[in-house]
Amino acid sequence: MSGPLIALADANNFYCSCERVFNPRLEGRPVVVLSNNDGCIVSRSNEAKALGVPMGAPIHELKELVREHGIAVYSSNYPLYGDLSRRVMTILGRYSWQQEIYSIDESFLTLTGIADPVQHAKEMRADVRMRTGIPIAVGLGPTKTLAKLANFCAKKLDPWRADGVCNLAAMSSAELAQLMAGIPVDEIWGIGSRLSARLKAQGVQTVLDLKTADQRLMRRQYGVVMERIICELNGVGCLQIEEVAPDKKEIMASRSFGQLVTELTDIEAAVATHVSRGAEKLRRQGSVAALISVYIRTNPFRAQDPQYSGYMPVPLVVPTDDLGVLQSAANNALHTIFRPGYRYKKAGVLLSGLQGRDVGQGDLFADGPDPRREALFATLDRINGKYGRSTLRIATELSGRRWEMKQGNRSPRYTTCWQELPVVLT
Amino acid sequence: MTSSQGCIDAAPSFKTAPIDVLTSCKDVQVGLYPEDASSAALLPFVGARVEAGFPSPAEDFIERYLSLDELLIQDKASTFIVRVQGHSMIKDNIHPGDILIVDRAKRARPKSVVIAVLDGELTVKRLMKDDDGYYLKPANQAFPVIRLRQGSDFQVWGVVTFSIHKHEE
Repeated sequence: MSGPLIALADANNFYCSCERVFNPRLEGRPVVVLSNNDGCIVSRSNEAKALGVPMGAPIHELKELVREHGIAVYSSNYPLYGDLSRRVMTILGRYSWQQEIYSIDESFLTLTGIADPVQHAKEMRADVRMRTGIPIAVGLGPTKTLAKLANFCAKKLDPWRADGVCNLAAMSSAELAQLMAGIPVDEIWGIGSRLSARLKAQGVQTVLDLKTADQRLMRRQYGVVMERIICELNGVGCLQIEEVAPDKKEIMASRSFGQLVTELTDIEAAVATHVSRGAEKLRRQGSVAALISVYIRTNPFRAQDPQYSGYMPVPLVVPTDDLGVLQSAANNALHTIFRPGYRYKKAGVLLSGLQGRDVGQGDLFADGPDPRREALFATLDRINGKYGRSTLRIATELSGRRWEMKQGNRSPRYTTCWQELPVVLT
Repeated sequence: MTSSQGCIDAAPSFKTAPIDVLTSCKDVQVGLYPEDASSAALLPFVGARVEAGFPSPAEDFIERYLSLDELLIQDKASTFIVRVQGHSMIKDNIHPGDILIVDRAKRARPKSVVIAVLDGELTVKRLMKDDDGYYLKPANQAFPVIRLRQGSDFQVWGVVTFSIHKHEE
């Protein structure tokens, strides 16, 4: 097996899959998960997709569909998703000497040199499924961009869909060209809806069109990242994961250290910087985060160094963009994963569970935003902003119920709360 | 180098046969990278919290303290904790309110106490085997046993490795 080989492993409909782990009744049923403050859909099971449930739609617009098909609707359960993410990433990390966690449910893994990479990927997939109950798909290719494309094929296209693994590096150029001619340009890593609209307007419709486009011309029009994307589509690795944002749903801030770092205080400083940068992006896009994750690792290329990597997601009780809260959470996470005696090469911070900043207690079946409520919350914010957080609180908060987010229908925190353990019947 | 040495159970497997990943990992030089100090099987275990000042590679020189995590959990990634409801397993020494440590990576064997999915519910039972194959005893002895068949009547969610019973409030 010659040439570099990268795998992109990611969970199928991650939040919905998490809900199924402890609730097997949900297997085969349409399931959706909602963001908490506005009740918009953030995850759909395949069955829900098949019913035409659109991503991002507010749930109150889908009442009929929910009733008619018995769609199971859940509020986001970030403590659960964070914990299952940690387990999945841990297992994936056992299958490669170089893992790059990219988002709450995606990981790149270097598989260069492995004798039978497809078999390796199948075993990895079976192992994750067995140990955590989470189904994943694995795409393989000589570059990250191609691995991502392969992952799309593994999830959506026959014949790979059955096994959930697709290796583009094993295809002939003719086969690959034919495949690429049938996939729209939107599916490429780093090409969002705006970019793909522009590309299509100038006749670049399919992946093949982009792959064969004039690199210099594209660079002039779209910038250097576009040139690198084309480069990667042609099999030459030239993108760092930091150059391509996961998607609006997550924010990543990470960087390799110039020199190897051994002291906790130095890593704390680096993590703090990443948190600041991440928080700034959050504010700019008007979002709050429900989960912050920290990861650190040694340099896998230095075989002489003992190797270690750590990853810790921390769910936040209230989704926030507050720098103090984020720093504190990130620092705690770092302290649980830092191990003295290692030479660290990289630290990163991931902000997930993003949702619109507007304070709203999205009701599952409300008729839509209530302007009086919005005005009330705006006033509340202003007063709290002036006199300190929590000067004024909503009545439900004071009654001791879970006031932080309208929980609607959140499943128990099965793996992080003693009072909410899964119950097994005898 | 071989990429895997699978151990596929000859007995009916009612879930994906757990392939011995650790063996295959050694072959391809993976699996030796510590995810955290308590990925027990491969590493010396220090404890849930690392004491400041003890460098991890020098663990061999340190006497360790007792850790329940180390005792009860072999693989943190595949181990879950559940609580028991109901009285039908008292003869098996499993009482309502008990805590069970469940490992999804263990292969279930005859006499294993397992978490099985029955009618969509997580249920704790002892896995039995007779000449006709595997079965579970129902909660109500008056009912027939629940037989494992092709196209599964039940799936094994995990194997119970330990139970914790509280004797004192």
